Amino acid sequence: MSEYKTINEKKADWEESTLKKVLDRFPEQQEEFVTGSGHPVERLYLPSGISEEEYIEKIGFPGDYPYTRGVQPTMYRGRFWTMRQYAGFGTAEESNQRYKYLLEQGQTGLSIAFDLPTQIGYDSDDSMSEGEVGKVGVAIDSLKDMEILFEGIPLDKVSTSMTINAPAAVLLAMYIAVAEKQGVTRDKLRGTIQNDILKEYIARGTYIFPPAPSMRLINNIFEFCSKEVPKWNTISISGYHIREAGSTAVQEIAFTIADGIEYVRNAIGVGLDVDSFAGRLSFFFNAHNDLLEEVAKYRAARRIWARVMKEKFNAKKEKSMMMRFHTQTGGSTLTAQQPDNNIVRVTIQTLAAVLGGTQSLHTNSRDEALALPSQESVMIALRTQQIAANESGVTSTIDPLAGSYYIEALTDRIASEAWDYIEKIETMGGMVKAIEKGYAQKEIQDSAYRYQRDVEDGSRIVVGVNKFTVEEEPPKGLLKVDPSLRTVQVEKLAMVKGERDNIAVTASLKALKKGAESEDENLMPLILDAVKKYATLGEISGILREVFGEFQESIVL
Amino acid sequence: MDLVDKVQSGSIRGIARTISLIENNSPQKEDIIDELYPHTGNAMVWGITGPPGAGKSTLVDCLIKRERKQGRRVAVIAIDPSSPYSGGAILGDRTRMQKHSTDEGVYIRSMASRGHLGGVSVATGDAVKILDAAGYDTIIIETIGVGQTEVEIIELCDIVLLVLVPGMGDEIQAMKAGVMEVGDIFVINKKDRDGADRLKTEVEYVLGIKNALTGEEPNPVLLASSKLDEGIDELVEAIHDYLKKAQTTGRFEEKRRDRLEKEVYKIFSSKVHELLNIHLDIENNIGEWISSILNGETAPYKLINSKLNRFVKENRII
Amino acid sequence: MVRILVAKPGLDGHDRGAKYIARALKDAGYEVIYTGIRQTPESIVVTAIQEDVDFVGLSLLSGAHNELFPKVVELLREKDASDIIVFGGGVIPTEDIPFLKEKGIEAVFTQGTPIKEITDFIEKRLEK
Repeated sequence: MSEYKTINEKKADWEESTLKKVLDRFPEQQEEFVTGSGHPVERLYLPSGISEEEYIEKIGFPGDYPYTRGVQPTMYRGRFWTMRQYAGFGTAEESNQRYKYLLEQGQTGLSIAFDLPTQIGYDSDDSMSEGEVGKVGVAIDSLKDMEILFEGIPLDKVSTSMTINAPAAVLLAMYIAVAEKQGVTRDKLRGTIQNDILKEYIARGTYIFPPAPSMRLINNIFEFCSKEVPKWNTISISGYHIREAGSTAVQEIAFTIADGIEYVRNAIGVGLDVDSFAGRLSFFFNAHNDLLEEVAKYRAARRIWARVMKEKFNAKKEKSMMMRFHTQTGGSTLTAQQPDNNIVRVTIQTLAAVLGGTQSLHTNSRDEALALPSQESVMIALRTQQIAANESGVTSTIDPLAGSYYIEALTDRIASEAWDYIEKIETMGGMVKAIEKGYAQKEIQDSAYRYQRDVEDGSRIVVGVNKFTVEEEPPKGLLKVDPSLRTVQVEKLAMVKGERDNIAVTASLKALKKGAESEDENLMPLILDAVKKYATLGEISGILREVFGEFQESIVL
Repeated sequence: MDLVDKVQSGSIRGIARTISLIENNSPQKEDIIDELYPHTGNAMVWGITGPPGAGKSTLVDCLIKRERKQGRRVAVIAIDPSSPYSGGAILGDRTRMQKHSTDEGVYIRSMASRGHLGGVSVATGDAVKILDAAGYDTIIIETIGVGQTEVEIIELCDIVLLVLVPGMGDEIQAMKAGVMEVGDIFVINKKDRDGADRLKTEVEYVLGIKNALTGEEPNPVLLASSKLDEGIDELVEAIHDYLKKAQTTGRFEEKRRDRLEKEVYKIFSSKVHELLNIHLDIENNIGEWISSILNGETAPYKLINSKLNRFVKENRII
Repeated sequence: MVRILVAKPGLDGHDRGAKYIARALKDAGYEVIYTGIRQTPESIVVTAIQEDVDFVGLSLLSGAHNELFPKVVELLREKDASDIIVFGGGVIPTEDIPFLKEKGIEAVFTQGTPIKEITDFIEKRLEK
């Protein structure tokens, strides 16, 4: 008999001899170790014994199917990710100043935050807008505000991401209109609209219309952009908010990909060719503190999406199978207590995103659990990215954690659990059905509830919140939005309404109404026409509300 | 102004307070209800029941809209279960009806089933009287149609709508639970879903058997979509037709008489129960009784009979 | 039985906190009425009165608290219901808390507040 022993046999020996002795004397800190999302973590991971064939099939090469190692062949050796800080508050004038500052500081793309009335299709003078104008982003009522917002920023030079969903078509139309006034043609425009209504129903809450007309608007945008604005990312399918609502890492990618499947199926359903739009789909994920779980999550997500596009939708173009994504560090991980600690959290999360191969990144500011970020905090957040890119060395090789026994095992496990969810949702008839049943919402809430209970009973430690706490002075220098801003915005709106050609506005809105009523007309050209005549966001959304009705949430608790 | 006057003058605070009092079994409860009693009997009481996820709240929302259009004042009682562990509850049904919240002709009240036996049906019955006396024309009670408590609640209603949806396996559940018997009108909600027509046929079939046995007229089975607000006009018409017909045939009065009988009986039994509880001091004695059964001195029926007999004798009841 | 309305005024859809509180208060044995997002101060007040609640808990993350929280208290007062106790939570800068308290919001719980602090507040306030 030979003395040869397999790794597993050796492991058993080690557990019996070396490990046991130590464990008897010094028990481990916890009986069970779990990831940030609560999944069990083993003491030790071993070589999985993966064959070369399996490697090629599951992991492969960067820029090659299934893109587990990344979507570009050179990744950050070729170019760093786009550093894109989400910003916007108050009036268009103030936000314009902030954007110019960020561009001067070396930021490479713009990311526009809109206030809630804008996101829900209300003008600043609507009674629903009380207290909310300019609070979480910039207030946009008409093309006039959009012109001010991008004043002095050449739209052929920057790429612009807009966090706008239900009224995405209107804001995109305004962007096109501003560009054309600058002399920039549509085909040169680069950027992204979030346009992901499904996650609004699931987690974020800025929906307007019911699912069917919302999906139609999305198809209209896909179709219009594939012909007219070819460099525009027509949707950013977002797991970020699903995670913020309290999901696990697995749920984040599973529900996001299930949303993606629904969008693709819908677009194909109205006759679009999958390869004509799929290359412009982009994704948006969260980065939490469990660095290794997050890295595995991104890798698993790319692998699943590639498989879905190839096998389920028969995509032919490589671009259609590549999951390109933006990342934002996790807002819900930030603490109001000892806010400077948040800089450290954001650093870990930045590493997670970069080691996971993100295409662009927003780093949160330390004071976001307290208020809108101050200029100084935004600078530190941007610098965090720049340090990761230029000093940490993690950008020099591609997917540096690949081959770690733990990372590969975790990637497989997350992929397989996410796949189970996706199949379950498919058997329910897709994500729209799953949302109507409250399935996704309930799953997320249960995770959120579990997490919060763990924090409350101290089994999960949040530094500065339930351990290592100190008495603190209230923080100073927080940014405040001037409450009189609404008055300013309302006056500006009144002026626009007084100066525009109101007959033309009425005509364009009438045409839009007719278009909306006829189910197969593409609404983009009609909306574009209306915004150019200075019809307001509220007026346009109001017309669509009349025709489409409004979504009513179902409370899942 | 005392609470009774406030209720009758339609004060929302007064109504809300009074319902809380009866829910909490306040000592004032009996006087209030007795004082209000002569002013009741004008409202029509509709019961809406069906499994969770059948779209009941959205349907109620549609019904409120129609009734308001006809100028009728509407009150809604939405009942949800209490947690058996904590006794707490989350009441979220009114979310679907929230757009009516600022309409002064609409009053919505969420009630938890709470723990006590039969309690919620008594409380609901009293709440109906309060709302009736306050001048609401239509009172809608929404509840999940399973179990004894719900059936008791449903018995408070002049008409019962049983809401079913295709694709939930409800058809079978409903028949098993026997709730088919409580429905006067059957609503197949979410009619845009696959299987709605088939479910309608199945329900009609089951009702056909039932009606053949009892000789009653077939119950209406209607397709609707509360989400799309379709089929609701027909439903409302069917409800009013049913009520009108019930009034002309005398079935309505009969039902109300039955209800009152049940109610009086219920009050009687709970009073007797309470009375004996106090006299026999069950709370303090139960331990001893159980021990005597456990050590073989006596047996459950024997024990209770002897205690009751002694009580009757001592108080010279017989 | 103590009844509490957990309400989200304003337009933000971040209901994680509100739903957590609702569920935790249920587990603590209270009856909780929850009405979803985008509630106007007017509908919150009508709901509080119709439901005869003892407390209204407001949750807001968008920064509109200085406008909307006091409005709820004001409307309750107008409707002769100032005995209903209002508390609030969400992303509320510490420096706004004195203002809110002055306006009649009896307690403000910022993020990371253990649920026990909220139930303690409720119990203590009930004793009064």
